[in-house]
Amino acid sequence: MIPAIAVIFAVIIFPWVFTVWMSLNDWRIGMSSEFIGLGNFQMLATNNRFLSTIPRTLYFTFLSVLLPVVLGVFAAEVFHQKFPLRGLLRGIYIAPMMATPVAIALVFTMMFHPQIGVLNYLLSLVGIPKQLWVYSADTVIPTLAFVEVWQWTPLVMLIVLGGLASLPTEPYESAVIDGASQWDMFRYITFPLILPFLMIAVILRTIDALKSFDIIYVISQGGPGTASETINLYLYLQAFSFFQIGHASAVVIVFFVLILALAMILLVARERLRWNR
Amino acid sequence: MSDKITRRDFLKSSVLAGAGLASASLLNACAPTPEPTKAPAPAAQPTAPAVVKTTGDKFDWKRFKGEKIEALLIKNTQGDIMAQNIKEFEELTGITVGVDQPAEQQQRQKLAVEFQSGQTSFDVVYYSFHVQKRLFGKNKWVTDIRDYLKDPTMTAPEFDWDDFSAAGKAWATEPDGRIDALPNKIDYGVLYCNKDLFAAKGVALPKTFDDVVSAAQKLHDPSKNVYGFVGRGLKNANAYLWCLMVLGWNIDLIDDKLNLNTTTPEAIESAKFYQNLQKNFAPPGVAGFNWNESQSAFALGQVAMWWDGVGFAAPLEDAKSSKVVGKVAYVVAPAGPKGNWAGMTGDGLGISSFSKKKGPAWYFAMWAASKSILAKSFAAGSGAQARNSVYTNPDALKNLTVPKEWVDTVVASGKIGRAALPIVVPVTEFRDIFGVALTNMIGGADPASELKKATDEFKPILEKSEKA
Repeated sequence: MIPAIAVIFAVIIFPWVFTVWMSLNDWRIGMSSEFIGLGNFQMLATNNRFLSTIPRTLYFTFLSVLLPVVLGVFAAEVFHQKFPLRGLLRGIYIAPMMATPVAIALVFTMMFHPQIGVLNYLLSLVGIPKQLWVYSADTVIPTLAFVEVWQWTPLVMLIVLGGLASLPTEPYESAVIDGASQWDMFRYITFPLILPFLMIAVILRTIDALKSFDIIYVISQGGPGTASETINLYLYLQAFSFFQIGHASAVVIVFFVLILALAMILLVARERLRWNR
Repeated sequence: MSDKITRRDFLKSSVLAGAGLASASLLNACAPTPEPTKAPAPAAQPTAPAVVKTTGDKFDWKRFKGEKIEALLIKNTQGDIMAQNIKEFEELTGITVGVDQPAEQQQRQKLAVEFQSGQTSFDVVYYSFHVQKRLFGKNKWVTDIRDYLKDPTMTAPEFDWDDFSAAGKAWATEPDGRIDALPNKIDYGVLYCNKDLFAAKGVALPKTFDDVVSAAQKLHDPSKNVYGFVGRGLKNANAYLWCLMVLGWNIDLIDDKLNLNTTTPEAIESAKFYQNLQKNFAPPGVAGFNWNESQSAFALGQVAMWWDGVGFAAPLEDAKSSKVVGKVAYVVAPAGPKGNWAGMTGDGLGISSFSKKKGPAWYFAMWAASKSILAKSFAAGSGAQARNSVYTNPDALKNLTVPKEWVDTVVASGKIGRAALPIVVPVTEFRDIFGVALTNMIGGADPASELKKATDEFKPILEKSEKA
């Protein structure tokens, strides 16, 4: 019991208490610290650069959750059917989620290069003009989300596939007798039954996408300008580039509250979608 | 009420705890005592070696035989050359060296945290003057090496302090006269020009800023996938390029009295110059370009001019990665309207003030900045070195992987070298804040109002950094 408590104190409670303490101080590495109470939080509330990271983070998260969910459900439906080489193709399909994010980011960085990237070359083959991808403030967030979608759609697919495998067969047999189409069966039977599984996927993806860092940092470093600077990128900059530890700790706390709020909303939603309530 | 934990309760608490842990643990790495740790009092340094095995009043490489030190370098060519030749040092001195070579950004984080804590895991460190000089100098985190330089029993007779360039010595010297490090590498801003593109349209290589604009106009032809100019446009990285250009107006953006000259007519003109080149003559997407994208575009023969640090000759002259081998003209920084300066950055080796093995650490720094090691770095194409002798070293010249013309450009740049970036503690914030302004300018924003906005944002940060 005591070792367990000691571990919990060391890895969860102490870091949190210390983070809260640091957030109440104006402290930069190399300088003396000064207790300022809620000063860091007041500064955040009026800091346009920080405030602009919140909708940007939510936009990136929305794209990085919605698209994998839609595509993942579709992929799960496909891989739920029986066809030759299904096992091999499933293996190939889930390969992206096993790759290292930094390695993926480096490969995509080269692919996105406006002049020498392979993506623009492929577009040119079908007569589509060159795109700027991550090199334009207008397209950087959707492009970064595209990388997330590519990597994490297989995870959603696996979760939904597990759900599909556990569904009862009787409703489908009744529906076939009643003359229901494939679409009707999906809409009225499959989708409501896999919703709890889908919610687990949404919760996992939301938390993951909110704190996405490696892909964004390696590919765009938050640029051009601050066009892809999410809360996590801003936090990293304050903590590890500017060494503004007090300010960064305040960001951590605000970020935690945001993640907590979203997690609570999703948990409540999942509760409402449970079977046999 | 049942006290049994259900699967749902477990999931809830896991999600919440996970979310909390994910964000809170991000700052775990930064938990030193929240007070700046000053170095030991000057009287206590340089510390006499714990075990003096001296042979009298002569210099002895074996003086610290049996000692073990830790060297924190960077993963770059300079660090690689030191690491590759470490056996030579160990055999020469009998000192064992543990070498760590993290990436530059990670190394800087490690340095800040360890110095702040007052306990460094390293004895000797490779660091960047243009980023860390003021922070280290202000806190006296590295040892003043003047006593070593004056002491014939501690400095090898062949070391030759006078061989270091004036620019290198200036970088390593603090305003109060302390010498905090041995300069190692000096980097100058130069203009890389594609000779073929210039010759095809009969355009002369630029000597002035006006020539640069004129050449960019004449050579820019997007329909043929040829662009007049390329340079760093990515936030933070772009501030370096702008700082190279500002010197053409003969001003320091932050002067020695810490006045911000970032809204002066000269600063605005230089920003307009930057904006014109990047907005009108650079490849699409330049606002997201760092040096690597710029290098790729130039190496593919798509760009007439690229303005950046002098250390990129090796990849440009490597047929495996470049289509412009033998076609590059290395042009000394052109003259601006009010001055002709080659903006410079620099790195050096310092001894941690918290080290208990300053003597052996000094020996390592001395060896790592020796004529022979810097000549090897030079030959490997690492860029400009802090010693003058490398440019006439026959072995280095014989093994040079880049054209002789590049050497001439480096030497000429050394004569007009001047610090590119402001020497202040919050130099990273400076680069970030003004970097955002420059990116906005590439998008068409008004330089004067962008500089005003950036100045207003940066001024309190600068003032606070100097008060503390």
